[in-house]
Amino acid sequence: MAIGNVGSAGPTTGQDALLTRPNTDRGLVGWLTTVDHKRLGILYILTSLTFMGFASVEAFLIRLQLAAPGNTLLSPDVYNQMFTMHGVTMVFLAIMPLGIGFANYFVPLQIGARDLAFPRLNAFGYWVYLVGGLFLYTSFFLGGAPDVGWFAYAPLTSLSNNPGLGTDFYMIGLFVGGIGTLVTAMNLIVTVVNMRAPGMTMMRVPVFTWLILVTSFLIIFAFPPLTVALFQVIMDRSFGTLFYVPEAGAMPILWQHLFWIFGHPEVYIIILPAFGVISEIIPTFSRKPLFGYPVIILSGIFIGFMGFAVWTHHMFTTGLGPVVNTAFALTSFVIGIPTGVKVFNWLGTMWGGKILFATPMLYAVAFLVTFTLGGITGIMLAVPPFDAQAHDTYFVVAHFHFVMGGGALLAFFSALYYWFPKMTGKMVSERLGKLGFWLMVPGFYVIFFPQHFLGLMGMPRRTQTYVEGIGFEFWNQVSTAGTFIMGAGLIVFFFSFIHAFARGKPAGNDPWDGRTLEWSTTSPPPHYDFVRQPVVNDRDAHWVQKYPDSVHGERVPEAASIPYDAHGIHMPGQSWYPFMTAIAMLPMSYGLLYNNWWVLGLSLFVIVVASYLWALEGVGGKHIHVDPDHPHGHDRHEEDAA
Amino acid sequence: MRETIAPTETHGAAVLSARSTKLPDIKLMMWVFLASDCMFFGTLIGTYLVYNGRSLVGPGPLDVLDIPLTTVSTFVLLMSSFLMVLALHSLRQNDISKFRLWTFGVAFFGAIFLGFQIYEFRHFIDLGLTLQGNLFGTTFYVLTGTHGVHVAIGVLWLLSILVHSYFHPWTSKDDVYLEVAGLYWHFVDIVWIVIFTVVYLVEFV
Amino acid sequence: MHVRRRLRRGLALAALPLLAACNFGGPQSALDPQGPIAQAQKDLFMWTYYLSWPVMIAVFGVIVYSIIRFRSKGAEDDKTLPHQTHGHTTLEIAWTLIPVVLIILVAVPTVRTIFATEYTIAPAQYTDEDVVIRATGYQWWFEFDYGDGIVTSSEMHIPIGRRVIVELDSADVLHAFWVPNLAGKRDMIPNQANTVFFQADRPGVYFGQCAEFCLGAHAYMRFRVIASEEEDYQAWLASFRDAGTAERAVQADPQIERGRQLMAQKGCIGCHTIDGYAATPVGAPGFPNLTNFGLRLTVGSSILDATPENVAAWIRNPEALKPGNYMPVLWRADDPNADEEVAAITAYLLSLGRDTDAATAALGASHGDR
Ligand code: HEA
Ligand code: HEA
Ligand code: HEC
Ligand code: CUA
Ligand SMILES: [Cu+2]
Repeated sequence: MAIGNVGSAGPTTGQDALLTRPNTDRGLVGWLTTVDHKRLGILYILTSLTFMGFASVEAFLIRLQLAAPGNTLLSPDVYNQMFTMHGVTMVFLAIMPLGIGFANYFVPLQIGARDLAFPRLNAFGYWVYLVGGLFLYTSFFLGGAPDVGWFAYAPLTSLSNNPGLGTDFYMIGLFVGGIGTLVTAMNLIVTVVNMRAPGMTMMRVPVFTWLILVTSFLIIFAFPPLTVALFQVIMDRSFGTLFYVPEAGAMPILWQHLFWIFGHPEVYIIILPAFGVISEIIPTFSRKPLFGYPVIILSGIFIGFMGFAVWTHHMFTTGLGPVVNTAFALTSFVIGIPTGVKVFNWLGTMWGGKILFATPMLYAVAFLVTFTLGGITGIMLAVPPFDAQAHDTYFVVAHFHFVMGGGALLAFFSALYYWFPKMTGKMVSERLGKLGFWLMVPGFYVIFFPQHFLGLMGMPRRTQTYVEGIGFEFWNQVSTAGTFIMGAGLIVFFFSFIHAFARGKPAGNDPWDGRTLEWSTTSPPPHYDFVRQPVVNDRDAHWVQKYPDSVHGERVPEAASIPYDAHGIHMPGQSWYPFMTAIAMLPMSYGLLYNNWWVLGLSLFVIVVASYLWALEGVGGKHIHVDPDHPHGHDRHEEDAA
Repeated sequence: MRETIAPTETHGAAVLSARSTKLPDIKLMMWVFLASDCMFFGTLIGTYLVYNGRSLVGPGPLDVLDIPLTTVSTFVLLMSSFLMVLALHSLRQNDISKFRLWTFGVAFFGAIFLGFQIYEFRHFIDLGLTLQGNLFGTTFYVLTGTHGVHVAIGVLWLLSILVHSYFHPWTSKDDVYLEVAGLYWHFVDIVWIVIFTVVYLVEFV
Repeated sequence: MHVRRRLRRGLALAALPLLAACNFGGPQSALDPQGPIAQAQKDLFMWTYYLSWPVMIAVFGVIVYSIIRFRSKGAEDDKTLPHQTHGHTTLEIAWTLIPVVLIILVAVPTVRTIFATEYTIAPAQYTDEDVVIRATGYQWWFEFDYGDGIVTSSEMHIPIGRRVIVELDSADVLHAFWVPNLAGKRDMIPNQANTVFFQADRPGVYFGQCAEFCLGAHAYMRFRVIASEEEDYQAWLASFRDAGTAERAVQADPQIERGRQLMAQKGCIGCHTIDGYAATPVGAPGFPNLTNFGLRLTVGSSILDATPENVAAWIRNPEALKPGNYMPVLWRADDPNADEEVAAITAYLLSLGRDTDAATAALGASHGDR
């Protein structure tokens, strides 16, 4: 008998466990102890959208403050907290987890698997992310949020320059949250590598899943440098080490290197899942296969590699010298090639198709336009002599909102409209969806296009105000006005989903005539995902079943699925321990924050104990047998039919 | 719809054949984790190298480091990796008592290594090298300390396996659980060789 | 059809800012270069900007064409699938090569300009022609040191037509030295010797601003570069060499004399250095040097013109004008003597450096046409 399996006679309520093993998917307990990738996916998506709401309010306040020169709506202190929390939230708590949420929900469905490889670890990852986010946000009530910018350059973060707790919140919050992201990425890698349905070779894996795999590799290589850098600052602030103390000879520039070795891959961590959903949506709505599938995959991998070779383009003005600047300018330019190839392949997919302009496709097209513009300004910024002017100005702010807001965010909005029917079984009203779109996207351009001009006219970023008479007033006002349009769009956007929940029309299994396996199961998918084990004979596994003539190559599709083996479908058991382990990190963080070693030690003790119980409890679970002919739809009502 | 309780033994085998690579998930997981851990240590070693020689005050590496002593502890750690191989071999042969013996040996040698490290740290502090004293102290203790924590976790893990093997008798079917611990242990060992070279040996050439 | 009309309107809306934006000049604009470095930087930007047009036209052209041409024609049409292409090797190679060409077109001038504008100059390579100034960033103002004991704050004087090398340092956190009209920015980093160099072609006042986030009053960490003809620059320097004499010459006026004494009584002189001020100790390191303050164009690290009212307002309550800055408010809000004392100090400060001929000449030149 080994670690990781339940005792021989172990019923689902493991009796050697401290806590009774829960076996209900109802109520709070059901959600707290869930290990279902779909539920966790929904939790990720809802949580990240909530954080996005917070960050949007912060953005709104930023724009209101900048509406007029010398405005005193926000004091410099509060303003600094606003843009720091806006950036941190958008990047770490909103857009990245949104991508991970989609990955959680749809990677297993796309590869025909029952769940992720480590369902309990997956739950742990989510709860840690939530703990990290909540911890960061309590800073507003405990003496002030972080105010050092989302990349928190040393030595601004040293105790002597920044004695408040805000910086500690930043360092500890991201440190803890990073652990969750790391384990989830590892989990996703193992899942995609090991749990593909029979017949699904790597070159048949859907593009979204492929790019999630690349993203996960980026995460496991990019997060450690950040985690170490955060750890160093925590050590400096709590234990008096000297990593970033210039008086002791330290070099503040080290932080910048470590941060951007993480930070540049991070922007691809954000954009690659977005590329993934776009690569699903454009073919679906053009009713054609993705143009150049292998090229899209290879360029994705190439972007992933190159992502680690360009980080000092964020540091062109730190005086690294002409040779370094030349080298990193060239590598940055090179990234334009695989990205361009992707854009062209998407265009090639649309070309000759029969394009249906439903809401998801509108957002996808808006993504194409906005991302291309943002990519082009990216290439301009990669020109060091010009970057010397543009660095740390609103030109950069415009660039990254084009690629992250107009790029990643619009792509994820597209994905929400695309997958919402699958996740809920209900259609979103096209009228509301389109109304939101026509407010959101023009509003976006009104906010961010003028910021290019502001940057060129010399307006530095992270300035709480500006002096009159040097020409910044007009474009700032335009930009602020835009937030009202986009804000209205955002409200319609959220409303369209609430409306769909309440009175959306039934979606059916496959409302968009989809291509990948998630469309072959019911909407919403049953707890066990698939009634029969899908078998994959081609790319676009579901599409070739529906349209056998469109097969890629000569093969004739065979059986689309086989019954699960005699044991039935294995459903992992629910568990309290991932939640417990993760929640214990909250007091741990406060212990570290207030240098209260008792609280810290006690929480660490709880974490260790909970991990042991977790390991001893084992995967557990049950096997269920579903009659393929009468799957009874949703299994939620059949729990007690043992 | 019918439900049955997972019959675990057969279940494990069934799952393995359904895996795309035919490798157990946890083994892949360990490889992925170690890949990531490489970056952790890479960053710490990088920081050490960047700050090497930039301390404004002493003591420096040449003032404190004691090569012969650390060579001994390095040797002990290397030997523990050897025992790890034996432990896994014994388990696969279903020789449970040997498996327990060697597993204990690995943990024991790991503990000896930790003992050396604690001794070394205390000695260095007596010589005036502290965490807060200069950049060398800061980077040295954090780097070697992080490695020490890795070793300590490994020791705990191996002891847990040992204890577990008395309560739930292990057989050769469970070898993957020991193999994964072994992967971790070998990795920690290799990292130490790198640290030993970079921090200790290079200083004296 | 409905959608298409709306789309067209949307596109027009997006184009609007493009059209309206014809003039991006200004005293702090990167597109209004006043010297060769900034000119080269702008030229490179314009080159990439023009190159981006073909890319945009190609990409957006295909998108718009596809939207119009390949739109689904309704349920009847959807019954047949479009041709199921999976790729096209020649095409894919072609559109990999096109970006390669574009990138080469960007890369070649980029590398050239890097080595023309950012080469490293070791101190040994300084020539007599160069003007070397040491700039130090403090939270939240700039100090400029010309050697020879000539130190000022917030305003940097340079002669036109000569290479100016600025050695950059920081006293606390990161700052960045940036005068868009003259050159791109360079960071000021503790423990790291950075330099930036540039040249001004025309006399004028160019706006600078700290471009690296440095907390607190970062938004108001401004400065100006005053470029003047060589002889005016020399005259300005000379006025500093005899700043001591000048300081003593102004004390005939009783208000100024009272202001001078108040400087000590209120504690100003405990922080600020003024060359020639008779008391000891004068000044502390790390605070603006107010020598020849009467020659300044601005007060409060260049956020206000140095009119008597503004100077008085600054001295009375710097916190109100520049929240968070490190100069204390030295009068209680209800202090009945405040107005009179502030006026005296203002008169004194503004008199500094004013009476020498050389100084007046320098002042006249610096209030040039811009
Ligand atoms: C989703 C996130 C995302 C993405 C995808 C990108 C993509 C790129 N970014 Fe961006 N970037 C950010 C997010 C992102 N960036 C953020 C957040 C910051 C600021 C951080 C901060 O300071 O706060 C930043 C800042 C930033 C800087 C530093 C600016 C400064 O601070 O001074 C630079 C400089 O080189 C840069 C370059 C690039 C380049 C070359 C790309 C390329 O990958 C773009 C490639 C895409 C295209 C080029 C378009 C499509 C291609 C074609 C249609 C083919 C034809 C085109 C050509 C051949 C040119 N980015
Ligand atoms: C995914 C990433 C992401 C996204 C989506 C956004 C979205 C937005 N950002 Fe974001 N931003 C960042 C990431 C992002 N940002 C980062 C990383 C930084 C750098 C931080 C740093 O420097 O450290 C930054 C910095 C930044 C700045 C620069 C601050 C400075 O340097 O001083 C500004 C200023 O305009 C800004 C504005 C906005 C706006 C208006 C939106 C909008 O798109 C958001 C949409 C929201 C609204 C439009 C408001 C919603 C309205 C309501 C909630 C109710 C009111 C509505 C009505 C009355 C109608 N952001
Ligand atoms: C505790 C030190 C301190 C004292 C005392 C002090 N100042 Fe200041 N002063 C500063 C600092 C710091 C600044 C820079 C503020 C900034 O711009 O961020 C400054 C700026 C100034 C400036 C503007 C300088 C410039 O470059 O524009 C003037 C003028 C000035 N002080 C005058 C005075 C007068 C007059 C007094 C006495 C009534 C005084 N100061 C007292 C610290 C001090
Ligand atoms: Cu100094 Cu910003
Ligand atoms: Cu980057």
